[in-house]
Amino acid sequence: MSTTATQTLDARGMNCPLPILRTKKALASLAKGDTLAVTATDPGSLKDMQAFCKQTGNELVSSSANQGEFAFVIRKS
Amino acid sequence: MGAPENTLAGHLDPARLDEWFDQRFEARMAEREAAHVPSLAIIATKGTLDWAYPPFILASTAGALGWDVSVFFTFYGLELLKKDLKLAISPLGNPSMPMKMPFGPQWLKDINWHVPNLVMAGVPGFEKVATGLMQQTVKNKGVASIDDLRSACLEAEAKLYACQMTVDLFGYSQDAFIPEIEGWIGAASFLSIAQKSDVNLFI
Repeated sequence: MSTTATQTLDARGMNCPLPILRTKKALASLAKGDTLAVTATDPGSLKDMQAFCKQTGNELVSSSANQGEFAFVIRKS
Repeated sequence: MGAPENTLAGHLDPARLDEWFDQRFEARMAEREAAHVPSLAIIATKGTLDWAYPPFILASTAGALGWDVSVFFTFYGLELLKKDLKLAISPLGNPSMPMKMPFGPQWLKDINWHVPNLVMAGVPGFEKVATGLMQQTVKNKGVASIDDLRSACLEAEAKLYACQMTVDLFGYSQDAFIPEIEGWIGAASFLSIAQKSDVNLFI
């Protein structure tokens, strides 16, 4: 998980659509340009987070998978 | 096309007019698309615990994506708007429903129990047990409860409509339902919402 992110969100153990709903909520409290680092274990979150960012216009800075854990960094726009 | 560019005849040249119109049209359409808020309209007709998930998952997710969401609850779907959610599942007559133990060692959890219909129908309390097992599985797998998903929908300002005809048909009292209901409406009102929606689903 990036240590430079403005805020972190632990969505591990949550299943669809909770990681997206929590991400949306966390982003709402951030300012434009801030970053949010999300960790999740839901395999569907890899595609879902891409779709979420595309639809909401936020930037998916990075997305990675490592041993069943998924890490995302999103910049609010 | 032969006409000098800066004369009136030049501006009215059909080929140049066409080109100008196409460019302008493209730009306008792109602006329109960028400003368009997608919308989702769902008809929720089922009142069991398993069937409660699809409308609430899709509505809450669409809400999180910033879509304009309307859900019309009709017939048994109205159960999903009750203050007191008492949703159950019935494995009877549903051969696709896996019957698994959410407790105990992994080998026990992995067994898919084939329970004959006669047992499901005949043993008192079978549905209650099956519902309890499903709720435990939902918890174990980190899937949200229906209550949580409904709250997420309301937070995202999804509009939840109740079918007035069903309320009359089943003799319900409006007091039994959550106060956040957007309106008690009929088919004509829902159709006018559906007509303007990008995505329409019947669940």
